Amino acid sequence: MSDLRELYQQVILDHNRNPRNFRELPAATRRVEGYNPLCGDHYTVYVALDGDQIRDVSFTGNGCAISKASASVMTSTVKGKRTDEAQRMFDIFHKLVTGENAGLSEAELGRLAAFSGVSEFPARVKCATLAWHTLNSALDGQEEVVSTE
Amino acid sequence: MTAIETRSTNRGPRTARYDVERIRKDFPILHRTVRGGKPLVYLDNAATTQKPQAMIDRIVRYYAEENSNVHRGVHYLSEVATAAYEEARGTVKRFINARSEKEIVFTRGTTESINLVASSWGRQNVRAGDEVLISAIEHHSNIVPWQLLCDEKGAKLRVIPVSDAGELLLDEFAKLLTKRTKIVAFGHASNALGTINPIRKMIAMAHANGSIVLVDGAQGVPHLTVDVRELDCDFYAFSAHKVYGPTGAGVLYGKEALLDAMPPYQGGGDMILSVSFEKTTYNALPYKFEAGTPNIAGVIGMATALDYVSSVGLPNIAVHEQDLLTYATARLREIKGLRIFGTAAEKASVISFTLEGVHPHDIGTILDQQGIAVRTGHHCAQPLMMRFNVPATGRASFGLYNTREEADALVAGLHKVVEVFR
Repeated sequence: MSDLRELYQQVILDHNRNPRNFRELPAATRRVEGYNPLCGDHYTVYVALDGDQIRDVSFTGNGCAISKASASVMTSTVKGKRTDEAQRMFDIFHKLVTGENAGLSEAELGRLAAFSGVSEFPARVKCATLAWHTLNSALDGQEEVVSTE
Repeated sequence: MTAIETRSTNRGPRTARYDVERIRKDFPILHRTVRGGKPLVYLDNAATTQKPQAMIDRIVRYYAEENSNVHRGVHYLSEVATAAYEEARGTVKRFINARSEKEIVFTRGTTESINLVASSWGRQNVRAGDEVLISAIEHHSNIVPWQLLCDEKGAKLRVIPVSDAGELLLDEFAKLLTKRTKIVAFGHASNALGTINPIRKMIAMAHANGSIVLVDGAQGVPHLTVDVRELDCDFYAFSAHKVYGPTGAGVLYGKEALLDAMPPYQGGGDMILSVSFEKTTYNALPYKFEAGTPNIAGVIGMATALDYVSSVGLPNIAVHEQDLLTYATARLREIKGLRIFGTAAEKASVISFTLEGVHPHDIGTILDQQGIAVRTGHHCAQPLMMRFNVPATGRASFGLYNTREEADALVAGLHKVVEVFR
C-alpha cells in the first residue's frame, strides 16, 4: 500500500476535498475547457490576465481526485505569476509526473512535490496534467476544448 | 426470458456440482500475480474474457502445423486450413442453432457485424423519412453505425427510453414502432448495467410492426443460451473475445433470405466468383460478405472457445454466474455510500457502481494496486451515463471462472478505497 500513499498524499486528498479557487471567474479574459472523454474528467479553467501577469485564475468542473487536486494546486501556484513563469512550472510539473524529475530541487517543486507519486502510475499522468494543458492553451490564447487522452 | 435458461439443450451436460476450481485450472492467466505478487482478481469480463489453454493451444497448433490461406490452394495445407475454418462455421451454427452455415458470416467482431448490416442492409432499405430505432442503453457500437446511416439517408434515429432500474420501457417501445420504423437494434444484455432485455418479446413486437430486428449479442452469448431460430431475430452479432475466444474474430448471423438480397459490404478477394473490368459476379453466401483473407486462426480459436463453453454447459454457467451476481450484489450493498446502477429483475453478472465522494477512476487505481481488475469509465455508453447523470461508474463483471472469494476480495478492496479517502 506504500505506493498508494505515495499517490494519494495528504495534500492531494485535501485539495480534492476542498479545492482552492474552485469557482467561475467573471473577470476572466480567457476561458478554456479541458476534457478527457475516456475517464470523464471535465474542467473549465478561467484566467484573468493583466498584460503578461496572471492576476487571477480559477477552475470549475469534475473528475478524479488526481485531476481535481492538480487543478487546485495549479491555480494556487500560478496565481500572481507571469505567464512565462507559469509555463516554466508546467515544464517542471510535467517532468515530475512523467518521472524525469532528476535534479529538480524541493524549492523548485514547492507544493507540486505532492504529485511525485504519479510517475509510478502511467495511466494517471493524463489526469494530473489535464488542468495544466488547459491552462497552457488559455495562456496561448486558444479556445478549443483540450484533451490529454 | 429468464437469466437462467434451464431448457435442456445439446450444449453441454448438466452437472450437479459446478467445479470452479477445476475450471480455473483451464485458464493459465488466472494463476499469475500482478502488482508485486498479488493474485489476479479478474473482474473485467464484460470488456474481454480470459482464454482457456485449449483455445490457446488450438491457435498455436494452427500456426505451427496448418497455416495456409483458405478457399484458394490445391495444396495439402490449404485443404487442412479450409476444412478447419469451415468446421468452425459449423460449430458456430450449432452453438446459436442457425438453420444453415450460409447464415454465419465471420467478421472482426460485433462492431464490424453491426456496421455490415447498417452499411449493406441499411443503405439498400432505409430512405429519407424512415426511422431506425435503438435503445437508451446501447453500446456506442450499436449507436454510431445507425447515426452514420441516418445522416447519409436523411432518416431519423429514435431511442427506446429506460427506467431508473435500467429496464427498457416496453410501453414506450410500442409507441415508437411506426410505419416508418425500418429496423430496430438493441442489445441482448447491457454491458454497462447488466440488464437482460426481454428480446423475444421485443422481436415479436417489432415483427408485428413489419420491422427488421438486429440483436447486439456481445454481452448475451457469454451468459445465455442463444437460439436464433427460437428468438426469430433477423440479425444477431457477437464477438469471440467476450466468450473466451480470441480478439479480432466475430460473427454476424443473418436470415438467409435477408443476407441473399443484400449487396456486399466490402469488395476484394474471396467474395467474388468472377471479376472482369466490365462486370463482377459475387460469391454465394456467406462468402459474399467475407472479402479478403479472414482471421483464420481467430475463427478456428473461436470455435474451440465455443466448444469449451459447451463442455462446461451454458445452463451451468448461468447458474454459477447468477449465484455470484446475487452474492456480490448483497455484499457490495454492505458498503456505506455505494450505489448500484442497474437493478433490473433480469441481469447478467455485471455490477455498475459508484462510491460516494470517490471518483471511479480513483477506485480503479486503488483496486488495481490490490490486484483487482475492474473497468472504470463510461463503458462506451455515454448517452446512458448522461441518463443516470454520472460521468462514469466502476464496473465489476463476472465470468464462468470467478468465485465468491473474488467477490469478497472486491468488497475488501473497496473498504480500502474508503480508508484511503477517509
